[in-house]
Amino acid sequence: MKMVRSTLAVLTAAIALGVSSFAQAGATLDAVKKKGFVQCGISDGLPGFSYADGKGNYLGIDVDVCRAVAAAVFGDASKVKFSPLTAKERFTALQSGEVDVLSRNTTWTSSRDAAMGLNFTGVTYYDGQGFLVNKKLGVSSAKELDGATVCIQAGTTTELNLSDYFRANGMKYTPITYDTSDESAKSLEAGRCDVLTSDQSQLYAQRIKLASPDDYVVLPEVISKEPLGPAVRQGDEEWFDIVRWTLFAMVNAEELGVDSKNVEETAKTTKNPDVARLLGAEGDFGKDLKLPKDWAVQIVKQVGNYGEVFDRNVGAGSELKIERGLNALWNKGGLQYAPPVR
Amino acid sequence: MQTTANAPRSRGSVWTDPRVRAWAFQIIAVAAIVAFGWFLFHNTQVNLERRGIVSGFEFLGQSAGFGISQHLIDYSESDTYGRVFVIGLLNTLLVSVIGIILATILGFILGVARLSPNWLIRKLATVYIEVFRNIPPLLQIFFWYFAVMLSMPGPRQSLGLWDTFFINSRGLYMPSPSMAEGFWPFLIAVLLAIAGIVVVYRRAKAHQEATGERFPVLLTSIALLLVLPGASLLVFGTPFHWDVPQLAGFNFRGGWVVIPELVALMLALSIYTAAFIGETVRSGIQAVSHGQTEAAYSLGLRPGLTLRLVVVPQALRVIVPPLTSQYLNLTKNSSLAAGIGYPDMVSLFAGTVLNQTGQAIEVMAVTMSVYLAISISISILMNWYNKRIALVER
Amino acid sequence: MTTHSFKPDLPPPRTVVGPWAWLRDNLFASPLHVLLTLLALYLLWLIVPPIVSWAFLEADWVGTSRADCTGEGACWVFIKERFGQFIYGFYPQDQRWRVDLAVWVAILGAGPLFLRKMPHKAWYGIGFLVIFPLVAFWLLHGGLGLEEVPTSRWGGLMLTLVIGYVGITGALPLGILLALGRRSDLPAIKVICVTFIEFWRGVPLITVLFMSSVMLPLFLPEGMNLDKLLRALIMVIFFEAAYIAEVVRGGLQAIPKGQYEAAAAMGLGYWRSMGLVILPQALKLVIPGIVNTFIALFKDTSLVIIIGLFDLLNSIKQATTDPRWLGMATEGYVFAALLFWIFCFGMSRYSMHLERRLDTGHKR
Repeated sequence: MKMVRSTLAVLTAAIALGVSSFAQAGATLDAVKKKGFVQCGISDGLPGFSYADGKGNYLGIDVDVCRAVAAAVFGDASKVKFSPLTAKERFTALQSGEVDVLSRNTTWTSSRDAAMGLNFTGVTYYDGQGFLVNKKLGVSSAKELDGATVCIQAGTTTELNLSDYFRANGMKYTPITYDTSDESAKSLEAGRCDVLTSDQSQLYAQRIKLASPDDYVVLPEVISKEPLGPAVRQGDEEWFDIVRWTLFAMVNAEELGVDSKNVEETAKTTKNPDVARLLGAEGDFGKDLKLPKDWAVQIVKQVGNYGEVFDRNVGAGSELKIERGLNALWNKGGLQYAPPVR
Repeated sequence: MQTTANAPRSRGSVWTDPRVRAWAFQIIAVAAIVAFGWFLFHNTQVNLERRGIVSGFEFLGQSAGFGISQHLIDYSESDTYGRVFVIGLLNTLLVSVIGIILATILGFILGVARLSPNWLIRKLATVYIEVFRNIPPLLQIFFWYFAVMLSMPGPRQSLGLWDTFFINSRGLYMPSPSMAEGFWPFLIAVLLAIAGIVVVYRRAKAHQEATGERFPVLLTSIALLLVLPGASLLVFGTPFHWDVPQLAGFNFRGGWVVIPELVALMLALSIYTAAFIGETVRSGIQAVSHGQTEAAYSLGLRPGLTLRLVVVPQALRVIVPPLTSQYLNLTKNSSLAAGIGYPDMVSLFAGTVLNQTGQAIEVMAVTMSVYLAISISISILMNWYNKRIALVER
Repeated sequence: MTTHSFKPDLPPPRTVVGPWAWLRDNLFASPLHVLLTLLALYLLWLIVPPIVSWAFLEADWVGTSRADCTGEGACWVFIKERFGQFIYGFYPQDQRWRVDLAVWVAILGAGPLFLRKMPHKAWYGIGFLVIFPLVAFWLLHGGLGLEEVPTSRWGGLMLTLVIGYVGITGALPLGILLALGRRSDLPAIKVICVTFIEFWRGVPLITVLFMSSVMLPLFLPEGMNLDKLLRALIMVIFFEAAYIAEVVRGGLQAIPKGQYEAAAAMGLGYWRSMGLVILPQALKLVIPGIVNTFIALFKDTSLVIIIGLFDLLNSIKQATTDPRWLGMATEGYVFAALLFWIFCFGMSRYSMHLERRLDTGHKR
């Protein structure tokens, strides 16, 4: 009966282990530090936001946010692992603890914030829903889409906005719902649907993936507000603050003219107290966040400021060539605004 | 060696008594499982609470707010998640039932063809079976959807048949009937014809049992089915108005449309499952001893009749149990619909609803229970049928 | 004296032998069969020439980009260009020799098992089954001097084979235990096994894969985590073990009661009578069923696409969305189908061979 006793012992130990680990609840940061990397939920293939190149390296704004968090926590932007998630999987994966941060072009809404146990940490990209159609259709406004078949991605806010928009305008439509954006793009090309609807940034991203992008146009209407941002689980304020201030640091850096090339130099020589506080040359604001003193330096050095990240992935320096628009800094006519470090 | 069952205590130690050991073993197993279950339940409880995730089934009453491409019952965006669940369930059942019917027909043809005296037919059936049962069903679904259905021409270049049936990348369009003046007489005529067939069939059977002569039931049935409704058609006029699909705006309007997702799923599932059913049918027929066939021939029955009256009824006993598991597999494989956007249970309820509400545990529990319920009902139904046709031994 | 010499035998009549007779017997036996044959020929004529012309005659084989595909037929250049990705996934290029090495170890190590006469075959087999997974894991995953390659970079055919191999070697023993449990005299064990089997046979694999991939941490204490691939593997093992259990149960039921009683009369305990008397007979009876389950398992590995693992099918699907290679879906799927087909067909042929070899003539 030795076996039985040892089985019981193992079982008791397992339960004890389980119970004891509840005691240290809420310590995502500790868990992340212990395992040595940030597990980050990203999208399963959206140029500009998160996609894998031919070698399996991930690139994009959403990816860079994850790398910035890793840079802040570990001082090493490469200490991050990515979980590509479909729209359907993303919230469950974050809720369950499968990922530490969800940075997957996800719209901030009240129900997601309140009922799903998520906390959105900020807005990385101000977006709005639009329509992509084939030029041959001869449609110039979304108002002419009565009776259209619309391709859409499952489990998104766009599904709900679409229905609202068509109902509000007294039009009919047939939705065709796919799991991934690749499938909806393929379906649009095949003529299964007349229109593809999604956030405008995604439409541009999907357009360049089509065989002949020039045959397709994005209609002028923007039918919704889609503030996209990273989310974390509720109940861990410490981790929430880290992700939120990582983002703010990137925006502040751009506003203060700090970029990946001059950051180390600036940190040593700056006379500007705002810059000095941000880069840890004056005071130790990283300590409040339980981060190293040079957290913001590492973010900007290894990943870049918000402007650089935007430009590299979706802006002028990328294939997408999206204007800054709403995503310009607040003092340049946009909405990107970060509270000061002090 | 003593039989310890009779003298449990003679060895002195309780632990060597097999009955005690059996009990101890079982108690430990149950305790371990209960403890494990409690462990999971407790963790979940704590995790849900700490992360502020709503739980419970209130969401089923909330308004869904998204559109669905195929719904067998009326649906609008203001309907509830509960109704979305029903729609998903019906769509799963629809594709399963159609798939089962098609796969059975195709499978029986293949099974018989595998044993055909015609070399070419036999080889064709073998090649079919060996090709399709060795390729993953998901791959076949992708193939039919992405490579076949989506490469159909667009609506404006549809392939048409007599300007009434159309196929394009939007689906299969066919005319839909609606009642016309001649509908009721036509319906009555059809019912009369069916009643007539039943009577003829019974009398023919009685006649055959009494005298051994066979009455041409099939021919009479066809004649009845043609003559009575035909007469009604001539006297009372057409029973249906046909709503023929027509190109209007972006799409065809009117008529019935079968969405390409359904077509692809149906084709893939029935073609895949038919290969297995074909093998089941073949082994079932081969299980009927050759003596039975020879006996039937020596009684003067022709090959067709031998197959129908002697071989198939006996083969069915062997075929039905494995056939049941094929039906179950087909139903479970219909959940692969998620890969091509057919709004079935998994893609609609365990996909969209789960994501809009975030209540993963409830949604997954409901989804799994539905599949379990379907699988248990099919098992019960088939067991009942199996008992009914089982060999009655004297 | 006249010597009698026999005349040579006359050949059989023309109507019984020769190609014409064969044709008549096998293709044109009756008017119905004439019709069927003609129909079948017509069908073949409809199907075969377009396929041959698409896949071979008009296909493009050479080149490096989509622009090199000028013919009407298939563009096999795509497969050629992406071959590495289809086979190894995102496994680092300079480390791919490790995958090849693992495959060679498997082939060379398992080879002797297929020899008919080999001393200590059973011990060798068990040793191989224990050692090979360790070696293969070390080679594929790294550590101990090799560069570590996390499972998230595994993919392509290699991942499909890993899942298939682990699934098969895990599901068989578990399935046998479950089958024994289901026929056990202990009511609690029986109930547990029946519930387990019926649950796993009743739910679709993709729902449990979904649960294991994104919901599992919800059921576990914070901080406890398992590798995503490992979780998928466990689910596949449980799922197929339930099917194996039912197949093995069929075999156990087919063993006459006398065998159980004889084993007991010899004084064998439960495990020894099962292991030495009942199971060897029962398993032999159900080899076809077990192999069919293995084939099903191998095909089911393609479902990991649903949880975002890059197996063979997903790698191919991913490659078809590359803007530089749009419109290659058919080629990709045909290639995937061909690879899956080779493995599944091979397994089914081997099972037939095994069945014939192990047939000791006790079949009733």
